[in-house]
Amino acid sequence: MSYVIDRRLNGKNKSTVNRTRFLRRYREHIKKAVEEAVSRRSITDMEHGEQISIPARDIDEPALYQGKGGRQTIVHPGNKEFVSGERIPRPQGGGGGQGQGKASNSGEGMDEFAFQITQDEFLDFMFEDLELPNLVKKQLTGTDTFKTVRAGISNEGNPARINIIRTLRASHARRIALSGGSRNKLREARAELARLRVEEPDNLGDIQALEAEIERLRARIDKVPFLDTFDLKYNLLSKQPSPSSKAVMFCLMDVSGSMTQATKDIAKRFYILLYLFLKRNYERIEVVFIRHHTSAKEVDEEEFFYSRETGGTIVSSALKLMQEVMAERYPVNEWNLYAAQASDGDNWNDDSPICREILTKQILPFMQYYTYVEITPREHQALWYEYENVRGAFPDSFSQQQIVSAGISIPCSANCSSGDSCHET
Amino acid sequence: MKREPISTGSEWTFELIQTYDREIARIAKRYALDTYPNQIEVITAEQMMDAYASVGMPIGYNHWSYGKHFLHTEKHYSRGQMGLAYEIVINSDPCIAYLMEENTMTMQALVIAHACYGHNSFFKGNYLFRTWTDASSIIDYLVFAKQYITQCEERHGIDAVEELLDSCHALMNYGVDRYKRPYPISAAEERQRQKEREEQLQRQVNDLWRTIPKMAGKESHDEGARFPSEPQENILYFVEKHAPLLEPWQREVIRIVRKIAQYFYPQRQTQVMNEGWATFWHYTLLNDLYDEGLVTEGFMFEFLQSHAGVIYQPGFDSPYYSGINPYTLGFAMFRDIRRICEDPTEEDRRWFPDIAGSDWLATVTFAMKSFKDESFILQYLSPKVIRDLKLFSILDDDQRDELEVAAIHDDGGYRLIREQLAAQYNLGNREPNVQIWNVDRRGDRSLTLRHFQHDRKPLGNSTDEVLKHLHRLWGFDIRLESMRGEDVTHSFQVPPRHESRDHDRRLDLASPI
Repeated sequence: MSYVIDRRLNGKNKSTVNRTRFLRRYREHIKKAVEEAVSRRSITDMEHGEQISIPARDIDEPALYQGKGGRQTIVHPGNKEFVSGERIPRPQGGGGGQGQGKASNSGEGMDEFAFQITQDEFLDFMFEDLELPNLVKKQLTGTDTFKTVRAGISNEGNPARINIIRTLRASHARRIALSGGSRNKLREARAELARLRVEEPDNLGDIQALEAEIERLRARIDKVPFLDTFDLKYNLLSKQPSPSSKAVMFCLMDVSGSMTQATKDIAKRFYILLYLFLKRNYERIEVVFIRHHTSAKEVDEEEFFYSRETGGTIVSSALKLMQEVMAERYPVNEWNLYAAQASDGDNWNDDSPICREILTKQILPFMQYYTYVEITPREHQALWYEYENVRGAFPDSFSQQQIVSAGISIPCSANCSSGDSCHET
Repeated sequence: MKREPISTGSEWTFELIQTYDREIARIAKRYALDTYPNQIEVITAEQMMDAYASVGMPIGYNHWSYGKHFLHTEKHYSRGQMGLAYEIVINSDPCIAYLMEENTMTMQALVIAHACYGHNSFFKGNYLFRTWTDASSIIDYLVFAKQYITQCEERHGIDAVEELLDSCHALMNYGVDRYKRPYPISAAEERQRQKEREEQLQRQVNDLWRTIPKMAGKESHDEGARFPSEPQENILYFVEKHAPLLEPWQREVIRIVRKIAQYFYPQRQTQVMNEGWATFWHYTLLNDLYDEGLVTEGFMFEFLQSHAGVIYQPGFDSPYYSGINPYTLGFAMFRDIRRICEDPTEEDRRWFPDIAGSDWLATVTFAMKSFKDESFILQYLSPKVIRDLKLFSILDDDQRDELEVAAIHDDGGYRLIREQLAAQYNLGNREPNVQIWNVDRRGDRSLTLRHFQHDRKPLGNSTDEVLKHLHRLWGFDIRLESMRGEDVTHSFQVPPRHESRDHDRRLDLASPI
């Protein structure tokens, strides 16, 4: 007789723990590989996993086995022209081919143990040493979000939450308590009855009395109900307020004529990096794209990166718009606010002090973090120096960085968002 | 009588699997295949990779090495460099066989015949499995082992347990009893005993290392005697019972590794027979299905193609060559035994007078039950199989410059090839013979092992690493003497002697960093 069972719906990740153990054991190797990958890759494919190689000797599991040498006889199949007693030169090449079966498994290099890690694991390793600055979970007062957690057992509740095991246990205990005495008496009476029937079959009076007693005890035991309302136990759930973990990220970019597509690409990487990093720390993230030349506009992602504009530059227009959006849609008590601004440093000169004004008065007091990158090989202009003043006022939540080429953008901006080591180079 | 085929398409359904299983079981019964009940489980490719990683066990304790195995399989499979096995079958009662979802109906039928009737009857019939494994309790024991190890991790930390398991795994092949029959007990008993054992073990060990002076008269003859008085081949067992510094839970973990090694011991000794037997039966059973008209010709073509792939043996000079294919050898031999019984030639009558012309079913069943690879080859490898596979033997002596062709498939060579091939499957020849020789009980508590060389073969490169692991278990110096006859040709010492005086006693193992 055979049973056929469909196990396909069972979990498929039985090896997850073992896999994690492996990654844990070789975390140094993996970290190194990830770091190398980070410096090699463009940020656009930071979202993929990575192939990791570890030297095979580092992960060998040692065992006692016979080494090369001595006298070995091996039987092989497929003889073509050998005759017995023939002598053939020993093949060179470290015992592959002819030698031990295992040595040349498939001809593929066995020196490196290579495997794939997932995107999540890759990012974990990449961001491992970095921490999100000013990570404050906003606590809400009025419209708090709750999560329900189990909080033990209670005597009251609704039927859907009955805890069957506890209920039956209570029922069992109650029945023992209430009928235990009667059961003992019943057992004695029965034994006595059996004895009387054998030894004194004529003693009808006593026998009848006993039978009546047995009947009475039985009835009494039967009256103890199997389940009483008193027995019912319910799983108790209680509501706990949960701190909000929503974040909004503002992406601000200068799209004036001086910004080329290459500059925008670099900016994009910078945004993605910050976005990925935020995603690891917040459950929900919204992104607001604001682009500006002389006037600012909120746009979608496609337009943000790819549409071309020309004209002058007034940075404060973007900051004003951002401030409006903040006030309108993202109340500070519910949202964690982040912003990333990219520009080539050009600004209409009289505008830069206004930018500082808006930033320090209306924006930065409410921000978790604000980063500014200037993508230009040229000299700094007024905007940069105004922003330096801003940084003086908000050293914890503001940082700025200059990027000259894409090559250094990745580590730099990663550092930027870590907040602690961000100084111009 | 011509019957309708069971199915014509390549898609499988649960009903079809059951129908095929019923028909195959019916035919298997005709050949008196005695099996455990079957539990056929359909799984996905991912689940198959999971099963791979845990060496086919449905449940196992957690260890990074299984993760490594998994990553390896995953990578090769996802890149298409490797197909997954069509099936995995577990020596348990009921016998669990995994079928992969991706297989066609033909493949599922092939796997059912191969695993559920071939391997299954081998597990139940072969003397090694009967002696060494207890199919009904293995799953329970694995559950116990997993729980115990998880508890240890909670109590003592993942790192401590992982280190210990690393050390045990390094010596896993030296944790089996080769001759003693273990006493099978149920998992429930195992759990109960484990507690008592913990306490008692510690007491025993303490006794051995007691330093309180004995009564004057008793001591004298004890001096100079070796301990253990006979060399011990089961190193893990010895460590579990006698290592001075281990905690009771550590001894229990060693025991778990030992038990699992013991469970796999028969499989390592019967690969050729086991696979040969299962291949022989899937071939026979499915051909019978065809003869009865229950499967179509298309089914048979697909089946024969897979079958031919399974028993393909590349020649020694092929780039795909990686030793003798156990499926090929085993299948050829079982088929050959049947041929010798049914249709013996003059040569067969000379070589196998006792089986030529006998009842083939009784003969192959006897062969399946009573041998392991080594003795099976020694007993049944016929000149015809040697000729068919064109076997030849190469002698590689490091004291000579050239290899010598010792024997080929001719009259003068049959016996030699048969002996040498059999020896090749003797675990005793394949693994170095290392035994516990002496413990310095009164002195530095060092442990001395001896390696008895076979044909002057030295120990492999990772010996030092293994000894470090043993050192971690034993806690004191380890010595290993490699013996050629009576002479010590090479000796290992952990920790190295010149350092051991002033250095920290416990060596660090090669750490992954």
